[in-house]
Amino acid sequence: MAQPIKMPQLGSDMTEGTLLNWLKNVGDQISSGDIIAEIETDKATVEVPSEVSGTILELIGKPGDTLTVGSVIGYAGEPGEQPPSGGADQAAQDNGAAPAQQEAQPAVETAQAEPAPQAAQPAAAAAPETADGNLPDGVKASPIARRIARERGIDLRQVKGTGPNGRITRADVENFTPEAAPAAAAGVAIPAATYGEIPSGPDVEIIDTSRLRSRIAQRMVQSKQQVPHFYVTTEVDVEAMLNLRKQLNASVTDDAQKVTVNDLIVKATALALRQYPNLNSHFYGDKIVRHKRINIGIAVALEGGGLINVVAKDADKTALGTLAAQNKEMIARAREGKVKPDDVQGSTFTVSNLGGFDVDVFQAIVNPPEAGILAVGTAKKVPVVNEDGTIGVGHRMKLTVSVDHRVSDGAEGAEFLQALKALIENPMRLVL
Amino acid sequence: MAEKNLPMREALRAALHEEMVRDERVFVMGEEVGAWQGTHRVTRGFLEEFGPKRVRDTPISEMAIAGAAVGAAMAGLRPVAEIMTINFAFLAFDALINHAAKIHYMFNGQFRVPMVLRAATGWGNQATATHSHTPEPVFAHFPGLYVAMPSTPADAKGMLKAAIRDDNPVLFSEVIALYPKPGPVPDDPDFLIPIGKSDIKREGDDVTIVTIGRGVEWSLQAAESLAKEGIECEVIDLRWLRPLDMEPVIESFKKTNRCVVVEECLPHFSLGSEIAAQIQEKAFDYMDAPVKRVSAMDVPLPYARDIELMALPDTQKVINAVKEVL
Repeated sequence: MAQPIKMPQLGSDMTEGTLLNWLKNVGDQISSGDIIAEIETDKATVEVPSEVSGTILELIGKPGDTLTVGSVIGYAGEPGEQPPSGGADQAAQDNGAAPAQQEAQPAVETAQAEPAPQAAQPAAAAAPETADGNLPDGVKASPIARRIARERGIDLRQVKGTGPNGRITRADVENFTPEAAPAAAAGVAIPAATYGEIPSGPDVEIIDTSRLRSRIAQRMVQSKQQVPHFYVTTEVDVEAMLNLRKQLNASVTDDAQKVTVNDLIVKATALALRQYPNLNSHFYGDKIVRHKRINIGIAVALEGGGLINVVAKDADKTALGTLAAQNKEMIARAREGKVKPDDVQGSTFTVSNLGGFDVDVFQAIVNPPEAGILAVGTAKKVPVVNEDGTIGVGHRMKLTVSVDHRVSDGAEGAEFLQALKALIENPMRLVL
Repeated sequence: MAEKNLPMREALRAALHEEMVRDERVFVMGEEVGAWQGTHRVTRGFLEEFGPKRVRDTPISEMAIAGAAVGAAMAGLRPVAEIMTINFAFLAFDALINHAAKIHYMFNGQFRVPMVLRAATGWGNQATATHSHTPEPVFAHFPGLYVAMPSTPADAKGMLKAAIRDDNPVLFSEVIALYPKPGPVPDDPDFLIPIGKSDIKREGDDVTIVTIGRGVEWSLQAAESLAKEGIECEVIDLRWLRPLDMEPVIESFKKTNRCVVVEECLPHFSLGSEIAAQIQEKAFDYMDAPVKRVSAMDVPLPYARDIELMALPDTQKVINAVKEVL
């Protein structure tokens, strides 16, 4: 029985990706987890692992095609078996809708007669179409509206729903005209904005907005327009933490295990979030989802511009050495444009560290639906007033937390920073 | 082919009469079907014409009526037994469900049970909680028993004749309120309406109304009224609850993306429950609104006239439901 190979979701907000190339051929034997393709998402180039094992019977789509999350991109089964789909000439863009239609027909035919036992198989093959269906936050749409939007590549966030409780109906989608044409052409929707005429001539250079840039633009506009930020800053004595780091790194010979200042801050942030679980939440309008796992997104600046968050999973529970080694690997992959799907998904809170750039203090933009982001400045030697009133030299760093005011308030933001400060100033707790 | 304008009771009478003339194995039995000429006058004149052997008055025992019909059908006759109202068919449940519906299957096809059990159904003139049932979905629950419920005189004639000629047991439900309603009825003695085939009673692109029996009348009236506002309803008369003909419903739904089910029965585990379930199973990607049901209220039917009517479906409730799914 041929099994469908589906396009996995390689990030919580990913809806589609562009196929760069297949890494396997029809006839190759694959096991679950084998990398079968490389695709470009809004964020980066990522490797696509297969969720099924067997011989590849068919691969649907050619380089450059857009593949929807959950759509069938190939089939695996016994050698020589016929794939159930219509064949590779099927346009990849239609790919999302086609299996659903194939499925619907046999189901209806068998329905008039007595139930046919075969009915279960086509249904299972096409399940991703109906099963995938994660709607963007706060969007309500009828099944047929969703199907039409999928077929036409319409971003439902841009469609106004006129049905009960703001539900987007078939008519809403059919009557919808995208507002920002350039964004639509790039396949990424930027909320409607007017830019005026693009200047030309010898004094300017025109650069196409990259997919990643468009994505950042869209996300940050969304955040700044919709998320009421507030910011709390404090100064932390990092002397003890820097000494601890020196000791730790002196005791390991393997560079891979060396701990960075950022690793220590990620660890401290995760432990502080344990005390303030409300800040480890995602905001969904009338629901706030408190995450039991603490996964810290680490903003990584990319060489050609842009940035990407890699995610330190369970950072509160992971031993510091392991955490450091994992972070190092993920950051390296991100800079090479080769992140794995798992590297970039599941973030519950983000740390953005500009400490390497001689930055005193800055305010980061919340990465929705997360509730907060920590902005880390440079550790500096500064004159300080000691407890006995004398002036001395101290090692200080400024931390700023940006918080979604819909989820939390200033006092909680300040208390969280106090907890974080206590952890950094008494850093032995980070290695416990 | 010639037609006559007949009320449903006369169309049913014509069907029975034609089948008794055509096939001498066909006979009628039930309470008051002979000397009294039928409570609803469907067997008027039959005793005189066909004699007491083929027109048998029975004791007041629904279990005996249905049980005797099962036995006669197994032995080679084609009984058309009448239960005065479907409220009393509960007493015949064992004969219908455990015998009529199962014997062909249980005995490996050695016996057939070609019987029709006619029963008058529906609520009306303050007959109150125990005498106002429209429980057809309960009977349609069981494989092996066909359930028919015509909405027009012509359908009543063609469906009853098809039921009598079929080798399977059929519960034939006749809505009391529809007995006097007239309509054109074909004279053709071989006019049959195929078993398990629904009928589109009105075409429209905006909302699919799925209904049966008396619901057809409310739905057509609602559709007429809504058309004046530019809302076009497609009205599908299922005609049979089993076999259930879903194909036209699904086809229509794919066009309209919206559905209202109109039923005279109670809402709990009802016709509407089944239709809604099948629509979401077979046409999920075509849904533009939840399937809406217009049913009786989930209460024992009250006696007082005003609250009796409040508890029951009507044309206005259908109109309201259509507007809710738009």
